[in-house]
Amino acid sequence: MSAAPSVTAANFDEVVLKSSIPVLVDFWAEWCGPCRAVAPILDEISKEHGDKLKIVKLNTDEESALAIKYGVTSIPMLNVYVNGEVVKTIIGAKPKPALLKDLAEFI
Amino acid sequence: MSDVMSSNEKVHNLVIVGSGPAGYTAAIYAARAQLEPIIYEGSVTAGGALMNTTEVENFPGFTDGVMGPDLMDSMRKQAARFGAQLITDDIVEMDLKSPIKVLKDGSDNVIRAKAVILATGSAYKEIGLENEKRLSGRGVSWCATCDGFFFRDQTIAVVGGGDSAMEEASFLTKFASKVVLIHRRSEFRASKIMVERVLANPKIEVLWNTEVTDVLGEAKVEALQLRDTVTGSESKRDFTGLFVAIGHIPRSELIVGQIDLDNEGYVKAEGRSTRTNLSGVFACGDLVDHTYRQAITAAGSGCQAALDAEKFLSH
Repeated sequence: MSAAPSVTAANFDEVVLKSSIPVLVDFWAEWCGPCRAVAPILDEISKEHGDKLKIVKLNTDEESALAIKYGVTSIPMLNVYVNGEVVKTIIGAKPKPALLKDLAEFI
Repeated sequence: MSDVMSSNEKVHNLVIVGSGPAGYTAAIYAARAQLEPIIYEGSVTAGGALMNTTEVENFPGFTDGVMGPDLMDSMRKQAARFGAQLITDDIVEMDLKSPIKVLKDGSDNVIRAKAVILATGSAYKEIGLENEKRLSGRGVSWCATCDGFFFRDQTIAVVGGGDSAMEEASFLTKFASKVVLIHRRSEFRASKIMVERVLANPKIEVLWNTEVTDVLGEAKVEALQLRDTVTGSESKRDFTGLFVAIGHIPRSELIVGQIDLDNEGYVKAEGRSTRTNLSGVFACGDLVDHTYRQAITAAGSGCQAALDAEKFLSH
């Protein structure tokens, strides 16, 4: 599990949709092996680029309504939100260099 | 990488690339032999294929079965206990031909070693359809335990006829209202116990002699185009998910051109050993194994690789 703060239906608007900087939401679950693998990589990216890209996580078991709303069928799914809109979707765990490349426009 | 090869940084005894049962077992044996091995576990693939399984019932020593990820975690800790250095990163480049092997990792570190054990395992095989790729993660999946949860009360298809297809189909019935198992032949090659479980499951329907020729849907999977392999007749059927379990391909892409591979891309080992055609390079696990592909056979060949490497290093 990553050290990123959790978002829920209660604070999704505030933390994600109304954020002044891009937000990456890590849709994950306890039972998902690849989610566990990608979590420490996201922590590193957050440490290095947290000023430009906010990284939060969303537990798809506990927040299934949001998972359904954003069409999650595979996790980990990483959605980047800018001004309340999904501008990028990354599906599956990837090594850090590949993630940095995918996220280059935001960091 | 020739310039870095001439510098005189530390040369390790042994680097193990990959961390399934083969890689970890090699690490346990090599560490106990005081070879101070470094094992590159992979940044997102650490633990290997068993990380995406649930209950492993046939690994000897576990009367009541063991969860795949727990088994891998135990192997990992056992390797660490004897001093193997575990690195959660990928090897992205290898130069294996010279006496001193040079490897580069995903963080641009260069590692030199006298011997290398390759245990990079295998990757999921794709059907090879354009729309399969396009809808990957949007209804097309290779991992029931990862994604099955999102198909609650839906009708989903599983393609394949081996043990992993049986396991995926059975597992998915926990969530799906119906699972249709699609197989291009008229019998499964899976083990009997798995086949019996599938055929006895009222939520599973089997479509024999059928292949998937297209995946239909705009933003997500909506239907599959199917072809009867006997009559050739085509049909369309609605599904919201497609789980592909048609086998694996060896992950030998980093070593193509350096090391002898067979025509399917598996590393060729010499006789019953794990020796490759390159001196000081050994291969084990799914990377060499067409036939058995079990956790226990992978672990066994990892042990062989460590013993072969130990013998090589002592000369």
